[in-house]
Amino acid sequence: MGIAGALLRSKAVAALASPHGVDRYLELVNPMWAAEEVRARIVDVHREVDVPGHPPVATLTLQPTSTWRGHRAGQHVQVGVEVEGARRTTRVFTISSNDSRPGDRFQITMRANPDGVVSKWLVEKAQVGTVLHLSQALGEFVLPDRVPEHVVFISGGSGITPVMSMMRSLHRRTHRGRITFIHYAQSPEHQIFAEELDEICRSGFGTDVHLLHPELGDPALSPAWLERHVPGWQDLPTWACGPAPLIEAVQGAYGDSPELRIEWFKPPRVATGDAAEGEVVFSRSGVQGENTGASLLEQAEALGLAPEFGCRMGICFSCTARKSEGTVRNVLTGETSSLPDEDIRVCVSSPVGDCVVDV
Amino acid sequence: MSTSTRPLTPEQIEEFGAEMDAIRQRVLADLGEADATYIRNVVKAQRGFEVAGRALFYLPPAWPLAVAALSVSKILDNMEIGHNVMHGQYDWMGDPGLNSRMYEWDNVCPSEQWKNSHNFIHHTYTNILGKDRDLGYGILRMDEDQKWHPYYLGNPLYAFLLMVFFEWGVAMHDLEVENIVAGKRRIEENKAMHAGIMRKVKRQALKDYLLFPALTGPLFPMTLAGNAVANLVRNVWAFNIIFCGHFPAGVATFSQEECENETRGHWYYRQLLGSANITGGKLFHVMTGNLSHQIEHHLFPDVPARRYPEIAQEVQAICEKYGLDYNTGSLSRQLGSVAKKIVRLAFPTKQRPTGAPVADAPVASSATAAA
Repeated sequence: MGIAGALLRSKAVAALASPHGVDRYLELVNPMWAAEEVRARIVDVHREVDVPGHPPVATLTLQPTSTWRGHRAGQHVQVGVEVEGARRTTRVFTISSNDSRPGDRFQITMRANPDGVVSKWLVEKAQVGTVLHLSQALGEFVLPDRVPEHVVFISGGSGITPVMSMMRSLHRRTHRGRITFIHYAQSPEHQIFAEELDEICRSGFGTDVHLLHPELGDPALSPAWLERHVPGWQDLPTWACGPAPLIEAVQGAYGDSPELRIEWFKPPRVATGDAAEGEVVFSRSGVQGENTGASLLEQAEALGLAPEFGCRMGICFSCTARKSEGTVRNVLTGETSSLPDEDIRVCVSSPVGDCVVDV
Repeated sequence: MSTSTRPLTPEQIEEFGAEMDAIRQRVLADLGEADATYIRNVVKAQRGFEVAGRALFYLPPAWPLAVAALSVSKILDNMEIGHNVMHGQYDWMGDPGLNSRMYEWDNVCPSEQWKNSHNFIHHTYTNILGKDRDLGYGILRMDEDQKWHPYYLGNPLYAFLLMVFFEWGVAMHDLEVENIVAGKRRIEENKAMHAGIMRKVKRQALKDYLLFPALTGPLFPMTLAGNAVANLVRNVWAFNIIFCGHFPAGVATFSQEECENETRGHWYYRQLLGSANITGGKLFHVMTGNLSHQIEHHLFPDVPARRYPEIAQEVQAICEKYGLDYNTGSLSRQLGSVAKKIVRLAFPTKQRPTGAPVADAPVASSATAAA
């Protein structure tokens, strides 16, 4: 949509379409026409894992509008779908396919979280042809422009998606160095991308794949294990993504090594201690309660409130609220902040002592 | 309070409020697909009329049709879509195009400002003399408890001018010019707001009075005139519908003392007695943005307006039960009643015997007094 796109994004057309904006007209003609917004049509739905009694995993192939600017392997995207009576709900999903250029098709892979309306809908109900609302690609958990000679990827469960995107991109770029790919799954049946990983295993490519199932007796991640299978691991650039226990184990092994980059899959539990005291006040709804040490979002929900939220992991800013007084700790970074009247993401902020938030 | 309805006991008022809350809860729990489809269809229709109107200006003989289509587009945009969306009636959909925080309407008044003066001030302090600035808009005498002044001899003229320039009146409303003239507000307080209005005015003027006329080439003057007429039609229509909402005879006004420490029940009670409906067909209701159900709108401002007709039957039945006045009538009856009031209040009226509240003096009363 080169010339047409430039024209649609021009100031003149914006002035003519004021105050609604060009996209509010284009979408009525064809939902896949856009000047600024990003949308995508589902072109394929593929079940990756389907173990009876366990939440299934699916990969959706998406054809984005021409406004999609592409992504770097490891990035994620906000996906909005209409669920439960025309209510658009937005969650974040990692892109599992290799880097995409503007307008390129790409894939997202997700497990149907039993408590998650969006992931469940995408895995179980999404049909080819459905149009989704997207953001541009987001996130800093990416490979550097100059990829080091040897890289290590460690992932657990559906945390495989960003590192899979990285490995696929490296293979596509015919990366000549080595890749060590370590993944933890519940069982071989639960293995996402099993066939592709199997093929990589067999054909070499300079990639060492370790698929481990600690619940079936395989060793858990430890410095000793790493030493045995990845000699010199401490000095190798490592990308890790997965559930909290795995990330905690990785952090335990690497300490604060600059070689380690992590992506939390779910925010870690808040360490309980001195933090869990005092009173939390949700000023807009006039509700207050004893500080339990959980995130402000969870505490608000425990008190019967329903504040707006999105990703629940601190990346989409949907739950941003004004904290008028008190100290909060970012549960991702451990940083505390005591500024009055600051905007905080309540899903990843837990109060330290008394706290007042406009929720 | 000035009303013909017999007053309720405080207990009855709370009971009435509880019945209203029950309706509200029930409707909110039922919102879904049908409401979303409805508002999206209205948006589609509005955009369709808009595009058709702009296009028909290229055919000179179709000029009246073009103006009609564009007028309908502006009316739908401002009333059934803009006014209602900005109330947050569709925020539950999570659609940024229909979200109260993001919607901007085809009107010179910036939405940000409108939400403050309308959603907050007018809907919270409805018909409280001295607090609801929509009571006469600071320039008209619309209630006997507003003290008469020779300035008000111009009441009908001011009303006519407000009708013709309604969108401008709405945009200027928040600047509280009357309070600046009266020395109660400093002009500096308006600086940021004034900048916001000018930005919006420029954008609106640019498309209606320069770009779209220019796009029709030699037909420039015809298109410009057509756009101006469409804006005028919207102004006249919106003014008339809105004036029927709170000013027909029998609508109650309240003093600030009466509403001190007001309960939720009394707030409902005041909304009911302070508003009036207009009867009409389905299409008429849509074209008024369902403000023909002003009573239901004031009771449930954030409930999607398409629900008002169904709610109205219930509200009316409950009013009958409590012996409360439910003010409704045809457009001609309500308009006639409003016109009569505008003319009658241009002249001095008998002062109320008891210490009736006296509203703030209007704009020009102090101006003329000073002159």
